[in-house]
Amino acid sequence: MIHFVVHDENDSVGVVVVEGVKAGQELTGWIMDQDREIKVQAKNDIPIGHKLAIRELKADATVIKYGVDIGRAVAPIRVGEHAHVHNIKTKRW
Amino acid sequence: MAIELKNATFQGYKRENGRVGVRNHVIILPVDDLSNAACDAVANNIKGTLAIPHPYGRLQFGADLELHFRTLIGTGSNPNVAAVVVIGIEDGWAKRVADGIAKTGKPVSSFGIEGHGDMETVRFASKAAKEYVHWASELQREERPLKDLWVSTKCGESDTTSGIGSNPCVGNAFDKLYPHGVTLVFGETTELTGGENLVAARCRTPQVRERFMFMFNRYQEVVSRHKTSDLMDSQPTKGNIAGGLTTIEEKALGNIQKIGRKCLIDGVLDKAEVPSGPGLWFMDSSSAAAEMVTLCAASGYVVHFFPTGQCNVIGNPILPVIKLCANPRTVRLMAEHLDVDVSGITRREINMDQAGDKLLEMMFRTANGRLTAAEALGHREFVLTRLYESA
Repeated sequence: MIHFVVHDENDSVGVVVVEGVKAGQELTGWIMDQDREIKVQAKNDIPIGHKLAIRELKADATVIKYGVDIGRAVAPIRVGEHAHVHNIKTKRW
Repeated sequence: MAIELKNATFQGYKRENGRVGVRNHVIILPVDDLSNAACDAVANNIKGTLAIPHPYGRLQFGADLELHFRTLIGTGSNPNVAAVVVIGIEDGWAKRVADGIAKTGKPVSSFGIEGHGDMETVRFASKAAKEYVHWASELQREERPLKDLWVSTKCGESDTTSGIGSNPCVGNAFDKLYPHGVTLVFGETTELTGGENLVAARCRTPQVRERFMFMFNRYQEVVSRHKTSDLMDSQPTKGNIAGGLTTIEEKALGNIQKIGRKCLIDGVLDKAEVPSGPGLWFMDSSSAAAEMVTLCAASGYVVHFFPTGQCNVIGNPILPVIKLCANPRTVRLMAEHLDVDVSGITRREINMDQAGDKLLEMMFRTANGRLTAAEALGHREFVLTRLYESA
């Protein structure tokens, strides 16, 4: 069963695609571009559609999704942690 | 089985100017806010007509007024419309809109309210509308080649599943339609922010690229001039954020999946401009759903692909909006608003090629007459884009 989807293997984040993901749960991810699976343990409860980090991000690090810059981490983010507006901001506007 | 597009046809209404529609509306079109009441009265009198009320049309000037006229004339000229009754507070601008529509060769009449009052105007406009309905109701669909179909796209209430499933599904369908000479369009200028270089790289010529970047930068200047924050809750919207999208860059990269991986951008349109040939066009436009879809209809598009994540419920009075979604939760909660369920992508049950075919199958069914969810539910959002204040 796929719990989260990653666009590209170089991405820093994946997207949860099932409802009810709980902290501590072992999750299976599907990396679409390379068509392979990875495992990550969720650090928080994560709603469907929201992101989790699949690699460690330091504060101010660039966040990569689709293999492209989507903003910067404004706090350190650990693997498996919920990654959203509380710890990532745009570099534009 | 993969859908076969070579020699594919649909059943459409061939109009006087050679364009082909998939709907057969007789519309009652106000030039201005003041004429909405008369238009509603005519549409109430004569069954089978459709009034398209809106809040603007007075004391506009310059480029904003030109866009107003271009949008109204384009709406009336759209091949999904068989005939048009135009009503304005005064004759001059009503006639200007009607004359613009008349260039297509379709039946159109205009009426001014001043000097007559609503009731006499409604009486004469109703007589014209009744004749149009009798005439239009006898028009027959005929078999037309796929290339006669003009297809627009704009996504809405996006979330992260839009970038994973529904937007690349549109991209897959666009990549399949493009080689068959279909006329395609996408837009949403601010919603390319962070991916503008990827779009620029897809432009067919340096001239097209230059024009695209001109439009992109022009809109960035509007944002810079008026912004009081980083646009959080506006772009991305609160709905986008609830759905898991975090930044404009992330939203843009998902958005761009709609133009597929192969087709090139052949030209750039200003708002409500009509494309001059087949291919993929970029239209400078707002990312607000109803504004963008209204502009697509005014540019002459006859079928619309609307991928959604959290489910924007938008429709359009004359342009059938086909809604597709890849979010399993939204499919569970909002099925009544959706035409195509592609949530199987997130479960690895179907691949993008199969999802694209599913959308194309619904495109043909819609073109042939199936009402979309938005049509069945009566969604007729007609929203004119304004460039600045009235005088």
